[in-house]
Amino acid sequence: MATDTQTGASAPVSHEPIDASVAARAQTIKVSRDGIALTALSAVMRLIEVPFLALQRMLGINKLAWVFLLPNLLLFGLFAFLPIILNGFYAMTGGDNVLLQDRPYIGAQNFDLLSSCDNFLDPNSCLQDKFWRAVWNTTWFVTLQVGIMVGFSLLTALILNREIRARGFFRSVFFFPVLLSPVVVALIWKWILQREGVLNAFLDWTGIGGYNWLIDADWAFAWTVFLSVWAHMGFYTLILLAGLQAIPRDVYEAATMDRASAWRTFTKITLPLLSPTMLVVLVLALIKGVQTFDEVYAFTGGGPGTATTFIIQYIYEEGFAGAPRLFGLAAAASLMVAGVLVLLTLVQLWINRRNVDG
Amino acid sequence: MANTAGRMTLWQMLTATRGKNGKLHWTDWVSYSYLILGVFLMFFPVVWLVLSSFKTEADLQRYPPTFLPYQQITVELPGMDGQFPLFEITGGEHEGKTLAQLRRVGLVAQMVDPSNPDERLRIDIADRQPVQEVRLAVENYTGLFERFNFLRFFFNSTFITVAATLLMLLVNAMAAFALSKYQFRGRTAVLLLVIGTLMIPQTVVLVPLFLIVTEMGMLNSLWGVIIPGAATPTGVFLLRQYMITIPDEILDAARMDKASEWKIFWRIIVPLSAPAIAVLAILAIMWRWNDFLWPLIVLTESENFTLQLALNSFQGELQTEWSSLLAMTVLTLLPIALVFMFLQKYIATGIASTGGK
Amino acid sequence: MKKILSSTTALVALGVAGVAMAPASASAAELRFMCYSDGNECEVYDDVIDRFEEANPGVTVVVDTVPYQAILENLPVQLAAGEGPDIAKVTDLGGLNEYYLDLEPYVDAGYWQESFGGTLDWYRGGADRQGIYGMHSQLTVTGAFVNATLFEQAGVDLPGAGATWEDWAAASRAVSEATGAPFPMAIDRSGHRVAGPAISYGAALFNDDGEAILVDDGFQAFVQQFVDWHEDGTIARDVWAGQGGATYQDAAQEFINGDLVFYYSGSWQVSRMNDQVGDFFDWQVIGSPCGPAGACSGMPGGAGIVAFAETEYPEEAAALIDFLAQEDVYAEVAARTRNLPAHLGVAGAGVSFEDVSPAAQAALNGFAGSLPDIAPAAFAYQGYAGNRAMYGITVERVSQAIVGELTVEEAMERARADLEAAMSN
Repeated sequence: MATDTQTGASAPVSHEPIDASVAARAQTIKVSRDGIALTALSAVMRLIEVPFLALQRMLGINKLAWVFLLPNLLLFGLFAFLPIILNGFYAMTGGDNVLLQDRPYIGAQNFDLLSSCDNFLDPNSCLQDKFWRAVWNTTWFVTLQVGIMVGFSLLTALILNREIRARGFFRSVFFFPVLLSPVVVALIWKWILQREGVLNAFLDWTGIGGYNWLIDADWAFAWTVFLSVWAHMGFYTLILLAGLQAIPRDVYEAATMDRASAWRTFTKITLPLLSPTMLVVLVLALIKGVQTFDEVYAFTGGGPGTATTFIIQYIYEEGFAGAPRLFGLAAAASLMVAGVLVLLTLVQLWINRRNVDG
Repeated sequence: MANTAGRMTLWQMLTATRGKNGKLHWTDWVSYSYLILGVFLMFFPVVWLVLSSFKTEADLQRYPPTFLPYQQITVELPGMDGQFPLFEITGGEHEGKTLAQLRRVGLVAQMVDPSNPDERLRIDIADRQPVQEVRLAVENYTGLFERFNFLRFFFNSTFITVAATLLMLLVNAMAAFALSKYQFRGRTAVLLLVIGTLMIPQTVVLVPLFLIVTEMGMLNSLWGVIIPGAATPTGVFLLRQYMITIPDEILDAARMDKASEWKIFWRIIVPLSAPAIAVLAILAIMWRWNDFLWPLIVLTESENFTLQLALNSFQGELQTEWSSLLAMTVLTLLPIALVFMFLQKYIATGIASTGGK
Repeated sequence: MKKILSSTTALVALGVAGVAMAPASASAAELRFMCYSDGNECEVYDDVIDRFEEANPGVTVVVDTVPYQAILENLPVQLAAGEGPDIAKVTDLGGLNEYYLDLEPYVDAGYWQESFGGTLDWYRGGADRQGIYGMHSQLTVTGAFVNATLFEQAGVDLPGAGATWEDWAAASRAVSEATGAPFPMAIDRSGHRVAGPAISYGAALFNDDGEAILVDDGFQAFVQQFVDWHEDGTIARDVWAGQGGATYQDAAQEFINGDLVFYYSGSWQVSRMNDQVGDFFDWQVIGSPCGPAGACSGMPGGAGIVAFAETEYPEEAAALIDFLAQEDVYAEVAARTRNLPAHLGVAGAGVSFEDVSPAAQAALNGFAGSLPDIAPAAFAYQGYAGNRAMYGITVERVSQAIVGELTVEEAMERARADLEAAMSN
């Protein structure tokens, strides 16, 4: 019952052309185009098919899912879950030893230290004032950054999805900043924004007059939002664009025939059909927003003072860069942040599910 | 093809239409204005980075920064060793002349006219302006090849990127397939666990992860960078969300044809997810290529170094050698920029063209 | 694609072969030297070590040049996991002491004692401890650079020897006003850099039992003065207020561009000034100004080369460091890397630095000459194993006082609490 491509294609089929043979044909065309490499690859894939088929017979289709999951779960278990579990153990130990077995157990002391505040809204009343400054900075930052970035990404993706010339070029341009390493992003904008940088030269020329942006707390904060939108917008634009491409054209054609307005088409067709992709974008943007670190660290170092110190920088400085290295405190802080993120993500998933069901 | 489209002239671009009869709809105007503004905002800093990489270290430190790389013109003088910088005189009795400076003591410079090198002139330093020309400091680039084994690092980076990307794509696509197209107990739990790992960034678990990799004997091996890098939740999540949109009828039809599950995965799901896979491939390549913190701790022996490690070795405790660092940045940027140009066209050929019939 | 695949297999094969061959090559010692550069140090070491390899057949030394970040953040973790290099160039001299190899059994202790004297203490991790743990390869001293041309243009005389911080502040302000240079003064954003001035203002840093206290009246007096100078524009805000956390920031760019009259940094900036100021203006080094407490102290510092106890080849590793510590080799490296020597014999004989202008040579000599002014507290601070924590606390809290997040009193209160928390761990 080895369903080879040829037999599959030659067998009389009754259903519509969306079947294995179509995809197979597309594959054949690709093979001729991309040459030997893919032939080799499909040979490998056919080899893998043999044990899979045996497993399929043994387990049945639905249990086969675990086989598909297995390699990923293995990698995940070792390199993602295990470190996080160890991180949990670090959170309950003190001292500055690296090896877990050398660290004294101190229970929830690290958590107590982080959460001892007279008033959570006033970092100065907290024992770990830097932690709470970072928490509030991050909250503000994420609210602004995610909103602005997702808005602009959607706008850009919609425009790039239109019938425009040089689409590939524009797509590349908007994605380009994503390719830059965070240090370089920070460096470029530091040069542009410095006291005698390009922007101030331009502002002087227009007569508005320059400003020393990065030593003013509010402006420095605004520029970190801008910088991080600039650097990551292309990423989300690309995901949204792939999502837009997945919306079948005929749906739009039907809308045009019904003379639906552009706005109505957008809200009634595009947005609902985009919602699985939008969920990815929102969840990722929120999580990555909270985890913003490298580029801001290289850009302002968290300053002036603590104006742009975000939560991961706090964790990094306590646990890694600073002295002494308080791995325990850093781990505890990271778990608290993770807890909040889990909560936020669940809320997002819940809203999404309700929208889909409703 | 997208690449040729990139070479379209501005004229062709502006005459592209949405409305009929060759007229631009107002939305086209808005779109193009937005895109052109975007090109300026997104691209100008990058262009500036490239130009800056051709500046000398001294030029990089100069205020106000210039757009093009300038260097002062120097001349040789008969009977004297070395090169002497040229200045234009902007005031005083020698105004308008171009002179070479021999030395400067305090506020007074000792200068000569290159055409009459024997007569020494005394010039107030406020009256002179250096004569500069645009000159590319190519030595920033050539120096890199002399200083370290560039090809070796390039090979290491490429190997890590290619191996990690292939591994990650395969493993993530399989998992995403299972999580999107099968009903089984524990599916939600697995999905939540996957998303859960997103919550803690690698920066934070660097130490435990390092200890695990050490235990497994993968320290100082390229595989120590490749294999842990393949476990990213982002990929699974991204692909799974995309695969959900593939209609189940396609799978059912294939199953009626008695196609094996592996074949359904490989021959139907993977091709139909091409746009999402292309996106993930771009991201994976970029992540691994630009990865710095993790290789920095796993790879300590220079024969295993990647380009990013070499690049950052220009950063000392007290000083950073920007000219070399920028040149290296541009060099490391080129390959992924090319890969992106190549892969981005697959994003456009998605379900829209194959599945929507 | 195919090519990549086949080279992949080739590499895998190579890797397997490499593992298989490792025991066979065990007779030859391979030393791994983890090095970072502030200029050309690693290249020069690599070059000099070739001679060591020639003289010691069977020993090969591989210099791995890494970013400074790897030395600071990753090396301690690697050492704790037992996976460190054999030799490294480090800056957290006392803090890593538990991992060091004691070189004393392998070298001529008398020569080392005589040549390196006090700097040997910095590697011991405690004043009462014995042993030879590291070779101080580059000595740095903090001190001030001034733009002499701006002084001349303004017609202001350079304050002479024994001038105080206040004298220099007044003179720099006068110069700045007369010439339009935007900034009178700047000090690097670093806890190490302000330690010298703080000591001159009376900070003791340690109590009578030798425990770290950091904040006392003298320290607070300096911080108050420092914050006031930021308020009235004497000191460039960009350096301390433009950054956050414990990030290092210098003001060399402002000085090189002639925007800064008085710049307090250290001896390592000399080659940069030499290369980048060029002919633009005259600069000179004036050492460290004096404080109201009478001292005119800077801070010593620098980096050194150490071997680690876990090395497979302690004898060879010690021999290599001993080779680098020999007077002729040390003098050559100092001259080629343009660093101040910590080797007393080399320092006594004087070093003629390579490729430097007379101004830079004078500057380096000026720094060397300011060594006797350094207060004992400064030496103790440099040798204290917990000094990195104290530097970090200083920078963070003083910055917050400068930008107005905290008052000076609050900042000092926080600094005290931070130090207490750091010491209890």
